[in-house]
Amino acid sequence: MSANNGYYVPHQSIWPIVGSIGLFITMVGLANMLTGAWNATVLLIGAAILLFMLFGWFGAVIKESESGLYSQQVDRSFRWGMGWFIFSEIMFFAAFFGALFYARQFALPWMAGDAGRLATHEFLWPAFEYVWPSSGPGELGGEFQPMGWWALPTINTLILITSSITLTFSHEAMRHNQRQKHINWLALTIVLGLIFLGLQMYEYVYAYTELNLRLETGIYGSTFYMLTGFHGLHVAIGAIILAVILGRSLRGHFTAERHFGFEAAVWYWHFVDVVWLFLFICIYVL
Amino acid sequence: MAATTHDVHDGHGEHHHGPAKGLGRWLFTTNHKDIGTLYLLFSLLMFLIGGSMALIIRAELFQPGLQLVDPHFFNQMTTMHALIMVFGAVMPAFVGLANWMLPMMIGAPDMALPRMNNWSFWILPFAFTMLLSTLFMPGGGPASGWTLYPPLVLQTGDAFPFVILAIHLMGISSIMGAINVIATIFNMRAPGMTLMRMPLFVWTWLITAFLLIAVMPVFAGAVTMLLTDKYFATSFFNPAGGGDPVLFQHIFWFFGHPEVYIMILPAFGVVSQIIPTFARKPLFGYHSMVYATAAIAFLSFIVWGHHMFTVGMPLTAELFFMYATMLIAVPTGVKVFNWVATMWRGAMTFETPMLFSIAFVILFTIGGFSGLMLAIAPADFQYHDTYFVVAHFHYVLVPGAVFSIMAAVYYWLPKWTGHMYNERLSRIHFWLSVIGVNILFFPQHFLGLAGMPRRVPDYALQFTEWNMVSSIGAFIYGISQLLFVYIVIQTIRAGDKATDQVWEGARGLEWTVPSPAPYHTFDTPPKISATNAHG
Repeated sequence: MSANNGYYVPHQSIWPIVGSIGLFITMVGLANMLTGAWNATVLLIGAAILLFMLFGWFGAVIKESESGLYSQQVDRSFRWGMGWFIFSEIMFFAAFFGALFYARQFALPWMAGDAGRLATHEFLWPAFEYVWPSSGPGELGGEFQPMGWWALPTINTLILITSSITLTFSHEAMRHNQRQKHINWLALTIVLGLIFLGLQMYEYVYAYTELNLRLETGIYGSTFYMLTGFHGLHVAIGAIILAVILGRSLRGHFTAERHFGFEAAVWYWHFVDVVWLFLFICIYVL
Repeated sequence: MAATTHDVHDGHGEHHHGPAKGLGRWLFTTNHKDIGTLYLLFSLLMFLIGGSMALIIRAELFQPGLQLVDPHFFNQMTTMHALIMVFGAVMPAFVGLANWMLPMMIGAPDMALPRMNNWSFWILPFAFTMLLSTLFMPGGGPASGWTLYPPLVLQTGDAFPFVILAIHLMGISSIMGAINVIATIFNMRAPGMTLMRMPLFVWTWLITAFLLIAVMPVFAGAVTMLLTDKYFATSFFNPAGGGDPVLFQHIFWFFGHPEVYIMILPAFGVVSQIIPTFARKPLFGYHSMVYATAAIAFLSFIVWGHHMFTVGMPLTAELFFMYATMLIAVPTGVKVFNWVATMWRGAMTFETPMLFSIAFVILFTIGGFSGLMLAIAPADFQYHDTYFVVAHFHYVLVPGAVFSIMAAVYYWLPKWTGHMYNERLSRIHFWLSVIGVNILFFPQHFLGLAGMPRRVPDYALQFTEWNMVSSIGAFIYGISQLLFVYIVIQTIRAGDKATDQVWEGARGLEWTVPSPAPYHTFDTPPKISATNAHG
């Protein structure tokens, strides 16, 4: 039963089935919203159940962890689990990056008659010339101006990079058992994350109102909003995770030696950060 | 007390309390054996539902003209049959086998993340409820084929978001299951169970899990783009906005090709367990089996374009995908060679698991050869979207993946239930299956080469005879699976007592525990040495 003996296998748990029911209700609610049949009520009920599940499930895990049930081996399982979860997230983003590259390298040049694709060009869109950003030969969404990389996006990049640095300081403080320092740096990281999200929302409003850059602005608008949108969602999730960690730290959880809950959040935050760097280069700069 | 893994109040060592009572046992369980059973039973149910849809297809195709169903419903059947068989029958069956066997094969007390294991399973019944419910919606279920190509799939009615979100649920389930497999294999092996001592089934599942984590999220991304194209006016697959429907095909098959190996690598593992047992010889070329599996997995990521030879890719891409695809024949050939070499001069007996495994080796190889034919780009222009393709992938999936699952169930059922199955009945099941499946799928090669397109409810008169033969085979094969259900139920309820080792030639940790395997095995990790390791 001690921390280094045996592998903790929990008995029974209601949380997975609660999670399944929550997911099911959320998905059915969302699907019915998309077809226009329902309003958001069912979706929100499902989301509430999911939230309840997350509290309960993580609560149980935290309680077990704090009562010393987890051996080193259990700790390693969590590490493998988190690592490969992040890898799966990378592959999710890869699909959207792939769409961006394909459109820029193949689809659009070919429509403009490149690489011997003359028939498509001649018969369908003889007037189309390839420039990036593009809303396609149909110029869907009307006239627009592209989002530049200077100013706001660059500031946002610096904010996220800074947040990764502050989080590293927080981690270092944790390793040296300097709790107050750890908490301060962690809180600063969360604030930076929230500022990033605020600026990102401002950028969206600006894009819609000033640039007429919309989700329906052809492939440029599609890839721009899909990539930045899913990234923003991940920043929000990361900030929530860090906030939970902050709450736990304030309650005295974690030790200098054992704090994988915090480390997992750090991994996640760095992952979100690296995705942003790719995104900044591929979406804004190039 | 030191090594007790679960009940801290239990000092009796062996007398751990068993499973909980009633429905709660199955809903809340964290036990890998319970969850394995749930997966396998769910898979069997889906196999029967998906199979019934196949029989509707074959009944309609028994003769030319439209007899039983209208074309739109026919297309829903082909689509749903595929989605259910791939995501509901074959994949969950292998996950079920992994749940039951991996911890026992590596000497672990359970899967690494037991609660998440429960969640992986219990998402599935909800996901398939969503998917199946679309058949009753206005406009019917999805009718685009399981590949969900736009723009056709965007014409789906109200069912569309339900299909997409059901796929998301299946993806979440698969990813969590795969993460669990990796964490278990890397972290839960008993002392002495080095990677190169792991049974082949463990190896193939480890590699399968990597494939799952790498491609299921890509599939999720692809269907998410379909969803936003339909409901939020994005242009990913709309050329007017600068997108391209071919882009979907690329992303889909980047997922889709590894996906077909996800369905066959564990099958390789199963067969690599069974053949040595009944040939009473160690597996020939263990190391080369491991490397071949890894090589196949790697190649699976760079061959997706062979599904799209006729879509209009640049010549360089056609050539690259053609040669890369043909390269897969090399590691696959290594495997087939090793299975045959394992049997060579073995003291063979032919119990049902062995029969299914030998049938697997022969019939899967036929499917592999027709795959090589399809890999040749210029030839594929003739075969593409014909029944030849249908024959090809059914040969690798039915007498391939499904036969290996049948073999695995017969092989391990005595260990799970403590009872021997009825050998005579199961041999009848085998022979009906193997004859039925060949009558069903072999003539489809002829139909395809003669030019019959796939996904049609009606066809030209000259295709009638072979379609009739194929349909007769379908009903022989389909109905004989009810015998399988009967045999399984009979074995669970009664039957001769199985010994611990069950099979004379069986080696490996799972055969050292009692039959039926106790609710908790290996609370104390066993010691593994070179002599009692399986490899």
